[in-house]
Amino acid sequence: MNTKDNSGDVRLSGISKTYDNGFTAVQPLDLTVPQGSFFALLGASGCGKTTTLRMIAGLEEPSSGTVHLGDQEVTNLPPYKRPVNTVFQSYALFPHLDIFENVAFGLRRRGIKSVKQQVVDMLDLVQLGEQARKKPHQLSGGQQQRVAVARALINHPKVLLLDEPLGALDLKLRRQMQLELKRIQTEVGITFIHVTHDQEEAMTMADTVAVMNAGRVEQLGSPSDLYENPNTTFVANFLGTSNLIEAEVDSKSGDEIILKAGGGKLVLPEARCSAPTTTGGKVLVGVRPEKITLTPADDAGEIPAGRNRITGKIADSSFIGVSTQYVIDSPVCPEFEVYAQNIDRDARLRPGADVVLHWNPAHTFGLDAAQDIDAGVDIEEEAA
Amino acid sequence: MAVVRWFKRHFVVIAGLLTLGYLLLPNVIVTVFSFNKPKGRFNYEWQQFSLDAWKQPCGVADMCGSLSISLQIAVWATIGATLLGTMIAFALVRYRFRARGAINSLIFLPMAMPEVVMAASLLTLFLNMGAQLGFYTILIAHIMFCLSFVVTAVKARVMSMDPRLEEAARDLYAGPVQTFVRVTLPIAAPGIAAGALLSFALSFDDFIITNFNAGSTVTFPMFVWGSAQRGTPVQINVIGTAMFLVAVLLVLFSMVITNRRNKVKA
Repeated sequence: MNTKDNSGDVRLSGISKTYDNGFTAVQPLDLTVPQGSFFALLGASGCGKTTTLRMIAGLEEPSSGTVHLGDQEVTNLPPYKRPVNTVFQSYALFPHLDIFENVAFGLRRRGIKSVKQQVVDMLDLVQLGEQARKKPHQLSGGQQQRVAVARALINHPKVLLLDEPLGALDLKLRRQMQLELKRIQTEVGITFIHVTHDQEEAMTMADTVAVMNAGRVEQLGSPSDLYENPNTTFVANFLGTSNLIEAEVDSKSGDEIILKAGGGKLVLPEARCSAPTTTGGKVLVGVRPEKITLTPADDAGEIPAGRNRITGKIADSSFIGVSTQYVIDSPVCPEFEVYAQNIDRDARLRPGADVVLHWNPAHTFGLDAAQDIDAGVDIEEEAA
Repeated sequence: MAVVRWFKRHFVVIAGLLTLGYLLLPNVIVTVFSFNKPKGRFNYEWQQFSLDAWKQPCGVADMCGSLSISLQIAVWATIGATLLGTMIAFALVRYRFRARGAINSLIFLPMAMPEVVMAASLLTLFLNMGAQLGFYTILIAHIMFCLSFVVTAVKARVMSMDPRLEEAARDLYAGPVQTFVRVTLPIAAPGIAAGALLSFALSFDDFIITNFNAGSTVTFPMFVWGSAQRGTPVQINVIGTAMFLVAVLLVLFSMVITNRRNKVKA
């Protein structure tokens, strides 16, 4: 995309933060955010994502490591000397200044005299030209949010940091602002680093997502990559829902691994397994609920060959309009989740019915069995 | 029944007006009697309307001298207490240090302690130090008891302040001094102003502590007290009414300014 300009790159090398009370918020971390990208730090509260952001802003001093912006090292620069601006959680608009002065604040502090035209243009960009002389508390949440963005962007920072910027908005407005922020980012081409605990928000907006847990980056990649190929149980459970089955490696044939699980056999492409696979060893087999097809046990003969299959009994089903979500009781996994599009609904798929779950082996992923199978489950609700 | 219903509907207004009357009646009496022409030395009975006292507000010996001393002390005590109190408040809210909790509670003691006790203790202290009683001992005593009020008022304001506002300022290229002048101070200003106004009022009409530590200096409250034994000149009412008017005008003025500012913005 960008040929040579790397002045908006953010490079963190070995950066860590341990507080005076001994709590380590961020474990030594290496991270490069390329110029012009929309990068999300995703994790539950307390995972170190905000601390990482604050170290880039200069509001928190790292215990070790360095921060580079492009080729410039900024580790020891105070925040007011870094070409970086932040959109704060709950906006932190100056209550004693009107909207115009809030937006002009950064320009004035840098001694720029003729701010009027710039501020007017910026307020127009975020569609708040009419509100220039109002005080922050006279605006709605969404408007305040846009002022916070305008106040940061007017300084043409190399990097814009966003700390849970949409957390205080209601769902509908949040969706709208997600698109709005994405549009602004594309328009101005500045590097955005976005901190959020909302996995949907991260996946909708960012080109690259880093999933953080307990002060570490668990996995980094594009949203679809993270979703389809999680490397840890935490990522598998935190991003969407995963069905995880404990299985034993039986044999290998070509680039496929044959696994034994509860008497049946499952096939896993070797390329999609992040765990060591020695014969007889254990792995966790994962599959996303929407990849699975349900067939009543009576019609089991009609299932094409070569698909992974598991038997079970429907424990619960809930109709949510666009799809129906089933919970299947199966010998290999007590609460197997299956999402089926409501295209042709089979009346036999009712709670209590015996079913066969089957899916294309290419949608199977393998994880190291030496981890907590429930890591990352339900964390989202706690954080929200 | 209609009467009862009417009463029920307007109960809040009636209660409000009664309370307001209760609060303001003394001021009304003071004002009315500033236009009196008393027969004897005591201004306790209405005789006839006269502007004599208003024409010669300093017509009573020593009264305006004591008024000027009181005003000077009040101004200096306000400045001293506001400066020190604001700094103490910031230190208590922003920093963690040893004995912070103890200081936090000790700062309230002067407000809780009976004034007479404090006055007597202060006098003992000044005498033991060999200090000459007068303007400066009064000033020191006033700064001391005003301090608690300023600290309380400013602390409440600083505590409710979002620390992210200062971070936002630093993020937007304001250095430490700029951040303090442009963001911290303006946001803390209402608390500081409240503390300063309270200090001025408390210092100006303090009698007990002043009386103990004044030596031969006579402040306005002491003058009023002293003259009350021998007779109450109408001029005292004039000064009282004038002070009340100044306060009311200041409040009205600030209301007009705020209204106009809001109107311009809307």
